[in-house]
Amino acid sequence: MTSELDIFVGNTTLIDEDVYRLWLDGYSVSDAVALRVRSGILEQTGATAAVLQSDTMDHYRTFHMLERLLHAPPKLLHQLIFQIPPSRQALLIERYYDFDEAFVREVLGKKLSKGTKKDLDDISTKTGITLKSCRRQFDNFKRVFKVVEEMRGSLVDNIQQHFLLSDRLARDYAAIVFFANNRFETGKKKLQYLSFGDFAFCAELMIQNWTLGAVGEAPTDPDSQMDDMDMDLDKEFLQDLKELKVLVADKDLLDLHKSLVCTALRGKLGVFSEMEANFKNLSRGLVNVAAKLTHNKDVRDLFVDLVEKFVEPCRSDHWPLNDVRLFLNQYSASVHSLDGFRHQALWDRYMGTLRGCLLRLYHD
Amino acid sequence: MPGKLKVKIVAGRHLPVMDRASDLTDAFVEVKFGNTTFKTDVYLKSLNPQWNSEWFKFEVDDEDLQDEPLQITVLDHDTYSANDAIGKVYIDIDPLLYSEAATVISGWFPIYDTIHGIRGEINVVVKVDLFNDLNRFRQSSCGVKFFCTTSIPKCYRAVIIHGFVEELVVNEDPEYQWIDRIRTPRASNEARQRLISLMSGMGSGSAGKEGGPFKALLRQQTQSALEQREFPFFTLTAFPPGFLVHVGGVVSARSVKLLDRIHNPDEPETRDAWWAEIRQEIKSHAKALGCHAVVGYSESTSICEEVCILSASGTAAVLNPRFLQDGTVEGCLEQRLEENLPPGCGFCHIPYDELNMPFPAHLTYCYNCRKQKVPDVLFTTVDLPSDATVIGKGCLIQARLCRLKKKAQAEANATAISNLLPFMEYEVHTQLMNKLKLKGMNALFGLRIQITVGENMLMGLASATGVYLAALPTPGGIQIAGKTPNDGSYEQHISHMQKKINDTIAKNKELYEIIPPEISEEIIGSPIPEPRQRSRLLRSQSESSDEVTELDLSHGKKDAFVLEIDDTDAMEDVHSLLTDVPPPSGFYSCNTEIMPGINNWTSEIQMFTSVRVIRLSSLNLTNQALNKNFNDLCENLLKSLYFKLRSMIPCCLCHVNFTVSLPEDELIQVTVTAVAITFDKNQALQTTKTLVEKSLQRASTDNEELLQFPLELCSDSLPSHPFPPAKEHLESASSNSGIPAAQRATSVDYSSFADRCSSWIELIKLKAQTIRRGSIKTNGRKSPALLLKRHSSRTQAVTVEKASPMGEGNFRNRSAPPCASATVGVVKMTPLSFIPGAKITKYLGIINMFFIRETTSLREEGGVSGFLHAFIAEVFAMVRAHVAALGGNAVVSYIMKQCVFMENPNKNQAQCLINVSGDAVVFVRESDLEVVSTQQPTANLQPSCTEGEVTT
Repeated sequence: MTSELDIFVGNTTLIDEDVYRLWLDGYSVSDAVALRVRSGILEQTGATAAVLQSDTMDHYRTFHMLERLLHAPPKLLHQLIFQIPPSRQALLIERYYDFDEAFVREVLGKKLSKGTKKDLDDISTKTGITLKSCRRQFDNFKRVFKVVEEMRGSLVDNIQQHFLLSDRLARDYAAIVFFANNRFETGKKKLQYLSFGDFAFCAELMIQNWTLGAVGEAPTDPDSQMDDMDMDLDKEFLQDLKELKVLVADKDLLDLHKSLVCTALRGKLGVFSEMEANFKNLSRGLVNVAAKLTHNKDVRDLFVDLVEKFVEPCRSDHWPLNDVRLFLNQYSASVHSLDGFRHQALWDRYMGTLRGCLLRLYHD
Repeated sequence: MPGKLKVKIVAGRHLPVMDRASDLTDAFVEVKFGNTTFKTDVYLKSLNPQWNSEWFKFEVDDEDLQDEPLQITVLDHDTYSANDAIGKVYIDIDPLLYSEAATVISGWFPIYDTIHGIRGEINVVVKVDLFNDLNRFRQSSCGVKFFCTTSIPKCYRAVIIHGFVEELVVNEDPEYQWIDRIRTPRASNEARQRLISLMSGMGSGSAGKEGGPFKALLRQQTQSALEQREFPFFTLTAFPPGFLVHVGGVVSARSVKLLDRIHNPDEPETRDAWWAEIRQEIKSHAKALGCHAVVGYSESTSICEEVCILSASGTAAVLNPRFLQDGTVEGCLEQRLEENLPPGCGFCHIPYDELNMPFPAHLTYCYNCRKQKVPDVLFTTVDLPSDATVIGKGCLIQARLCRLKKKAQAEANATAISNLLPFMEYEVHTQLMNKLKLKGMNALFGLRIQITVGENMLMGLASATGVYLAALPTPGGIQIAGKTPNDGSYEQHISHMQKKINDTIAKNKELYEIIPPEISEEIIGSPIPEPRQRSRLLRSQSESSDEVTELDLSHGKKDAFVLEIDDTDAMEDVHSLLTDVPPPSGFYSCNTEIMPGINNWTSEIQMFTSVRVIRLSSLNLTNQALNKNFNDLCENLLKSLYFKLRSMIPCCLCHVNFTVSLPEDELIQVTVTAVAITFDKNQALQTTKTLVEKSLQRASTDNEELLQFPLELCSDSLPSHPFPPAKEHLESASSNSGIPAAQRATSVDYSSFADRCSSWIELIKLKAQTIRRGSIKTNGRKSPALLLKRHSSRTQAVTVEKASPMGEGNFRNRSAPPCASATVGVVKMTPLSFIPGAKITKYLGIINMFFIRETTSLREEGGVSGFLHAFIAEVFAMVRAHVAALGGNAVVSYIMKQCVFMENPNKNQAQCLINVSGDAVVFVRESDLEVVSTQQPTANLQPSCTEGEVTT
């Protein structure tokens, strides 16, 4: 007796969250059955392995049919074939677009191209995430990227509208898309200590302050070949950043800046002497990062530079986080008292974001 | 009554890409009704076309309106070659013909293609203007309502019952016409779909398909009463309180026929004659049980090649004569209320004469009233009457049986089958009886025995809901007797088995909460087992069936107390008894409308269809191996259901409907449709507030209003036959012909068969028994030809509807927001006639749909399971879309009448035909209704609210 055909179709589509998890994680039916058996479900329900097999197959078939719709979530809401309560629809979408921290760290900042896709085998071996799951996650990134790439307006809003994701997930995707678009290097050994959350935090700050959309004023001529509002960094701004170089190039200005910061922080920093000794180096590092951002290559290395030029020196001197904060606050604020410096607004736009990023990046 | 049909094509969405080059589609729509076709403009390069067409107007006769579906075809325009079809939508416009059902059909319909399945959706608006009374001498059946529900629909009340209605239509299957050799599979599928739906526009029922030609036997039947009428049959399974006076038992008849021996294959005469014969038989069996009517009546066929088994079964009953009189139902209802209410055991009392019993049975005084005699067990095909007193809960009981049969041709085959049938009936009956006893119960309701014929085997599947009726005696246990009593170890084995059985009975009693009240009085008729007797075959005494051999199963019934283990077969039986695993705790199951003993339903329902096909290993198949395979198949299926629905616990599977078919030599297909309903464990059970309800019911009769139903039609053609109660006594007294309660009969009759062999679709069309000719066209569905009265006055219904949250099930918002909030309303589906926790406010019309789906890329679509899974999901979607377009939010009495699946994996092909039907309704949650009534405290509203309570 062999089972030729075995199906179950409900008027309301049954979704088993546990099986969905297993399917998303890329397990085959037999692996999924084995995992379910191990979870002790047979003892709880008194079911047999055959029942479990049949149930798992059913769910897998359903998910397979739903997958096409999940590629364009608004379709899932409008389709008539599967009657699914809205809360379940939201769960299906949210879980489908959810990703593994380990995986996203591997592809963050990489071009979402065929070439990267070929490397998924290696990523799968390295992270222990099944290849199937890696593919799904990669395809999700790519799909979202393709859809919002050409769109104007807020990146997060666009993603939320076209993929119906939760606010948190939409923000994460905005970061992924932003990183992929600007190709920030995140894979270097130095950067391994950083989590996806750290990068996503920086991405959000950068989107808010350093892109065209951040300027807040609508482009004067809508027909001009305006870059995507939220995806690309404001070229003009990056160009202007060269002007900051005067802060380290002009020796008087640098000295003045240093004395202002030292005066303000004396007695407040545990690592005052180290700060005093290192000030010029740190300042040079931060200003040079800004000045180099006109080159695409240097934009990509932004995080490497920040860690090399600022995070590592401070860490080697064992600065407490609070001291870093005090220093960065004072460092940015003191520039306002430099009479000879004319680019206060530019400085604030640069340093405001950078300060936030650095504080986030400063940990072990 | 000619009418004007108006159709507007609004828009399409999610269309498939038809032009590979542009990844877009140039879609236009053809709207066809009868022989008239209109076209929309071509909407260029879009997958979401906005046609916004003018109103296409068809001026047609109402006969066409009733028979023809509106046919909408979506095509892709191609300048240089033929236009490619994207898919079709068939819309049945019948619901628009009832004056008070839907007024407009408007919504998104899935565009269906028989090869590709659903391909996008189309938004259509349909309206009908009927011109009244063009010719007062010509009567029209326009507006006759059809229901799938086998009880009187909740917001109606029967005024008069006219009788049993049947119609048989025969047509040639388009798939086997010569033209099929040259046309595409799509054209062939569509021709079949169209023809079947056209025929079902007149009748509907089951279509059967076997390996070769397609022979569909569709049949229908309906209401009946009165002995004077030809067939006093009722397809209803639930009745108003007091309607059923006595129940005699199950009556059934089967007949084996050869389809290739019909003289005029394109005429229904021969088939009509076959059925008439069977119905006569049923009628005479009922008479033998002292009953003048048959309730819960149904007919079915099983076809394999040219052999066909026709089956009919029902429950012999005595009905309250006053219900059958013209126009007196209302009056008698009131009368009845003034009488002392029967203690809820009346229907159990035997209708036949105790001294001249038609068969030997153990009679005792009713355990409830102590006045009348009752049998020791009661089998019926109807639902448990609402006033019956039940102890504990009920449960699903199934008997499963396979019998091997030699492959044979024509007459030899028919003879072999007819020889096997009595034994199958006997064994099925024995199994049912044993399982019933094992459960510690004494009555079966909703009994449905299905005998399926295949190339080399016969399958029998009986499902019923067992209950413990308080009026009937406590069932005795099961005793096993060994054949060789001197063998010590054998003896030990026997006693071990006996202990196991006793333990099971005790356990079941506990499980189903069967605690019968202690009875100290002496019991007439002892439940102590009597020695086994050989079952004997009786010649039928009914004149209509000379060639009928009859089986006296009542002797078998007595045997049920003792199981003799004299061979391996019997051992198997005992084992199979014990291997039936009870459902996990928190789960109950039944095949009736509601579960006896549970009445605190909560609102969560889940309707589902599950299909399984197994392939038997063809080598050395024995009856035992076959039985075991089949038993395992059913048990595993049930186990799977329990597992899948575990999140709904505590819940009950209601209306569990198993269908068995044998699509090929070694394949067994089992299809199950049921609904899982959750219930509240903690709420108090069994609150009997019948008295209160009844008085309210009575109050509600005051503000009733007659439906504008063709009263004159019925009273003209069907002169009323008030049933004289005196005659009933006469009849029942004379009926002592000795025919058993569970009456079975088989007949072989091939003397009159013609030798012509051809393939035909035959359909039995519903038609009023008395109206055979003339301009009156009664188109039929499974429906009572009842004169209906709306329970609540029209104004009242309107207030309720207005306040009801119609938006829920409303698809009509054409300017749907692009995304975010869900725009697809929920449509509930249930095989039951009610929705727990809700009140049905309106019946919008019958849904009866046929779909054929074919694939030539089976592997790519996920194999047979993937193919059928997707198809059934699509069928559900199309049913929901049609209901939503009618403005409804649920389908009740939903049934999948056919699911004929064929595959050819070697060719990577599969085909499936599905027929579903149900009643589209609007329901309002009772909680919402309460809000309504407090907002608008009209005096009128109250009866309708309380009526809602009655439904729960």
